[in-house]
Amino acid sequence: MELDSKQLIKKQLRDGLIAASPIIVGYLPIALAYGVLAKQAGLTLTELTGMSLFVYAGAAQFMGANMIGLGVSAAEIIVATFVLNFRHFIMSLSFINQIKDYSIKWKLPLAAALTDETFSVASIYNKQVDRQYGYYFYGTIMLTSYISWVLGSLAGGILGDVIPPVLSQSMGVALYAMFIGLLIPSIKKYRRIAVISIAAALINYIVSPLTGQGWGIVIGTVFGGLAGVFVLEEEKV
Amino acid sequence: MIWAIIIGMALVTLIPRIVPAFIVDLVRFPKWMNKWLQAIPYAALGALIFPGIMTVVPDKPYIGLIAGVAAIILAWFKVHVILVVLVAIGTVFFLSF
Repeated sequence: MELDSKQLIKKQLRDGLIAASPIIVGYLPIALAYGVLAKQAGLTLTELTGMSLFVYAGAAQFMGANMIGLGVSAAEIIVATFVLNFRHFIMSLSFINQIKDYSIKWKLPLAAALTDETFSVASIYNKQVDRQYGYYFYGTIMLTSYISWVLGSLAGGILGDVIPPVLSQSMGVALYAMFIGLLIPSIKKYRRIAVISIAAALINYIVSPLTGQGWGIVIGTVFGGLAGVFVLEEEKV
Repeated sequence: MIWAIIIGMALVTLIPRIVPAFIVDLVRFPKWMNKWLQAIPYAALGALIFPGIMTVVPDKPYIGLIAGVAAIILAWFKVHVILVVLVAIGTVFFLSF
C-alpha cells in the first residue's frame, strides 16, 4: 500500500515535469532577456531576481523594469501592473473551479503560481484532477516553471547577453507555439472550441489597440468564453 | 524605493490570482457560468496567441504568422508539443535572415 502510493505520486511528478517541459524551455530565453534588460534599467541583481521571485509575471516585469529605468512613479508602475495582470483573475476563477475539490492548502499555492503559461498547460490537462494525487501533477508544473523563471532571470542578470540576438528573437515564438500545440488537439477533439478561441482572438485584436494589451486579453477572454456558453454542449468539454 | 515598487507589483499581481481560491467555495455557480469557466482556457489561448504572435519579429509580423501556421499544421498531425515549439523556433530563425 505504502509503496503503491509512492509509485502513484512519482508518476504524477514525472507527468507534471513532462507537461511543464515546454514552459521550462520557453521561459529560459525570456527570463534571460528580462535579466539583461532589468540590469540595464538600473536594477541590482538582488532586485531583479527579487522581482522574479515575488512578482513572477513576464510581461509585467519587462514593463516594470523599463518604467523603473525611465523614472516613472511607483504608483503608476503598480497600477499598470495591476491592469496588465488582471487577466490572471479570470484564469484563476476558471482553474480554481477545475480544482474545486482540492483543499485550500493546495488551491492557494497553485493559484499563486498561475501565469498565462502554467494556466494554459494546467487547464488543458483538466482530466488530471480526477487522478489520485493529481495535485502533485499540478504542483510540479507550477514549481518547475517558477524555478525556470527565477533562475533564468538570475542568469540573465549575471551573464548578460549570452544568447545571440537572432536566436533569442527566434526563441520568442516558443510560448506562442506552445499555446498552439495545446489548443489544436482540443479543437480536433471538439471542433466547436475553435469558435471560442477565434472569437477571443478577434475581440482581442479589435479591442487591444484601444484599451492596451492588458484589457484586450481580459475582454477577449471574457467575451470569447461567453461564446462558449452558447456553442458548447453539456458534458462534451 | 525599487523594493517598494517590487512589493507593490507583487501584491497587485498576487491578490487577483488568489482571491478566486476563497470565493469559488462560497458561491454556487449557475450552469451557464460553469460552461463559461470551462470555455475560459480556450478563449485565453486564442487571445494569448493572436495578435501577439505577430510581434515575435516586431517589424515583420508575417514571420510570426508563418511560424504559427507551421505550428498549427504540426499540432494537427499530432506532433508532440515540444517538437512543435522547436520547429516554430527554427522557422523564425531561418526567416529572420
